[in-house]
Parts: sequence; C-alpha cells; structure tokens
Amino acid sequence: MIESFFEVPVYDLPKAEKHALLQAELRELTAFHGTECEGYRAILDAYGPGDLPGGADAPLIPVSMFKLHDLSSVPQDQVFKTMTSSGTTGQRPSRIFLDADTARLQTRALTRIMTSFIGPKRLPMLIIDHPSVVKDRRTFSARGAGILGMMTFGRQHVFALKDETMELDWEALETFAAANAGQPIFAFGFTFMVWRYFIQQLEQSGRKLPFDNAILIHSGGWKKLEAEKVSNEHFKQRASDLAGFGRVHNFYGMVEQTGSIFVECEAGHLHAPVFADVVIRRPVDWSACDIGETGVIQVVSVLPRSYPGHSLLTEDQGTLLGEDDCACGRKGKYFAVHGRLPKAEVRGCSDTFASNQ
Amino acid sequence: MAEDLHEIVARALMLDRSAITDDLKYNSIPEWDSVAHMALIAELEAAYDVMLDTDDIVAMSSVGTIREILKKYDVEA
Repeated sequence: MIESFFEVPVYDLPKAEKHALLQAELRELTAFHGTECEGYRAILDAYGPGDLPGGADAPLIPVSMFKLHDLSSVPQDQVFKTMTSSGTTGQRPSRIFLDADTARLQTRALTRIMTSFIGPKRLPMLIIDHPSVVKDRRTFSARGAGILGMMTFGRQHVFALKDETMELDWEALETFAAANAGQPIFAFGFTFMVWRYFIQQLEQSGRKLPFDNAILIHSGGWKKLEAEKVSNEHFKQRASDLAGFGRVHNFYGMVEQTGSIFVECEAGHLHAPVFADVVIRRPVDWSACDIGETGVIQVVSVLPRSYPGHSLLTEDQGTLLGEDDCACGRKGKYFAVHGRLPKAEVRGCSDTFASNQ
Repeated sequence: MAEDLHEIVARALMLDRSAITDDLKYNSIPEWDSVAHMALIAELEAAYDVMLDTDDIVAMSSVGTIREILKKYDVEA
C-alpha cells in the first residue's frame, strides 16, 4: 500500500522495517507492470524466474531502456504529461509517461523530502536560471520540470539570470536582495549553472548578496565542472561567503524517478528517503557491493505507477557509505556518487527486448 | 467581504468565471497545470492576505479543497 509510505517519517524508519515495506511494495509494482506493460513483460520473460537481475522483487532494467523504447503501463488517454531528459549527446532522450496518480505521488513525496530540509514555510525564492526554461508548458525539459517542481517550495519567485546570455539580472537581484537582506531565502539551480553563472559572476563583480542562513538546493552533477576541479567543500564555502548560503544541499535524482530524490545531509552524504533505496552493484555479476566498495548504482522507488521505472540500473558509479548510522541522525542508506561510467552501455537486456518487438 | 473564490480562480487560470465550479480539479484541464497552480497560489495569497504552507498548496487539488484549506487561515472564501 503506497499510503503507508506517507504515514511514516521520511528519514526515520529503521532498516528492517523499511526493507519489509519496500520489498512488499516493489514486488507488487513488478507484478503490476509485468501485467500492464508489454515491453516490460518481454524483458522479464527473457530471464528464468530464478535469475532476474536485482532479484524477483525488483528486477533491474537499465535506465537507457527509456531512451530506446516507449514503456507505459497505462492506456494512452491516461497519460497527461510526457517527461523527457536532455540525454547524453547523440542519444535519444528518455521518455517518461505520467498519469495523474503518479504525478501526484511524485509531488507528495518531493514535498515530504524538501519540507524536512526547508521547513513548512515557503521562503522567498531565487531561481538560478533564466525565465524562458519554464515557458513551454506542453513539453517540459527535465530542467524546466525540475525548476517548476521546486517553485512549490518558495514564494515571490525571482530568476537570477536575464536570458540565454546567462548574464546576472542585477536589477531583479538588487530588488530581491533589498527586500530580503539578513533573511533566509531559498535558492535552486543546477550545479553547473550555479557555479558558472551565479557564484563565478558574483565573484567577478566583486559584489555580495546579503542573505543570512539561506538555503541553496542544487542538482545535475559535477561532470561539467570536472576540468575546474571544483570540490563540494569549495562550492559550499563560496556560496556561503558570497551570498550567505549557510545551508547548501546537493541532490541526486533522475527524470526516470522524479520525486524520490536523494538529498545531501549536513554531513555531506546523499540519503535515501523512505520512498526509495539504492543498491551499489558489482558490474561482473550484479551482486550487491559491501559498504565502502565502488560499483554501479541501482535506484528503486515506490512512486512509478504509469511506467515500469521502479527499479533501475543507472549509468552512474557510487559507493555505499552506511545505513541508519549517519552522523546527521537520519536513518536509511547513505552514499556518494562518483559520476558517469565510462562510455556507459549495458548490453543484453536491450538486445532481448528488441527481439521481442 | 473578500473577493469571490471563483473569480480569483478564473483570473489565475485565465478562464471564464462560468467555467469554475467547486468540483474543478487540479491537472484535470490544460489551463490548471503546475505553472498555473503557482500563479493561482500567488493570487490567493494576495487576495486574502495569507501565506500558505507548502503542504497546503500541495493539498489544494480542487476548488472545493482550496475553500476548505483557506478556513485554516480564517478565510471564508
């Protein structure tokens, strides 16, 4: 029962209870999608029942499957929004089909997670992007959808960048800064954009923003900043020095599992909320890694109802750091992400799938 | 007496007032999507001089539930 996940605290369920809850829900989801989504059933049928990768409760499928195929578990007329990811260069973007129920679950889960960090009150919000990314309402990019999803948690929204030139909108910023000087505000942006077009432009201008104990949430990965060797610590320090962001939280998430995101805690670790989990897997046999061992990240989520995205093998590498014993006090698994696998392509499943088409 | 709730919803969603009923649901029509919802929240906050909590915004899934939730803020819409 999905409702039971909303009846428990988002970061406080001990592992035995959480695993039992997850296992039952994921097993139900696998059965449901196996019945309702022909493509997903073809993937499961290609394996013997005993050797489903990831186990019988939540067999894993590569995230690239959503780039290669249209996988939906609801009739076309119930799909009310199709999400697309930007996709790696040269690849078709992922296409994720949302019905009203799944979209609503995503919003509710994200709200649980975010309010546990920000609090129940909406703060004045600075969006570190330009307004045109949320203009096209019919086809949201992952970027536009991410921003829109976050706008719920703020008020009096102001965009920090003028337009595609990525120049800071000083007029808007000054008005916003004057109204909120010495106050906590809430800001959201993509990691690369925040660094390149906000922190660095502030630095070059020699000006500072007067917020206090402000919250900055950012996501999207560090890949584009690799060449500049920007560490998370340095990023946080500059955000604090230049604009008063005392609370900076990165998060790991993907369009294929919108809502159940993994937010970085005060100790710098990404945490699984009650709606989701991670398993780090060894690429040789897909068995689960031990704590401290680096492997490929599998993500599970109880939210996807309208498409078979509840258990996915990502193209990212990570390390499990522990479970239920993080210094921040939150329960659940906590982990680190090390970026993309080199030239990621998971073979086998997709070949099988194609032959069944 | 503050402005009529249907009037506010109609203005925020850019619909005719006659199209608004208490049964109208969020995400049931293209005009009331997540973008419009943010505009609607801003209109409600300005019209009734309240600051709505995040949980309440998410729970505002129809015109009728908006009316109910506003009571928590001592607003008789």
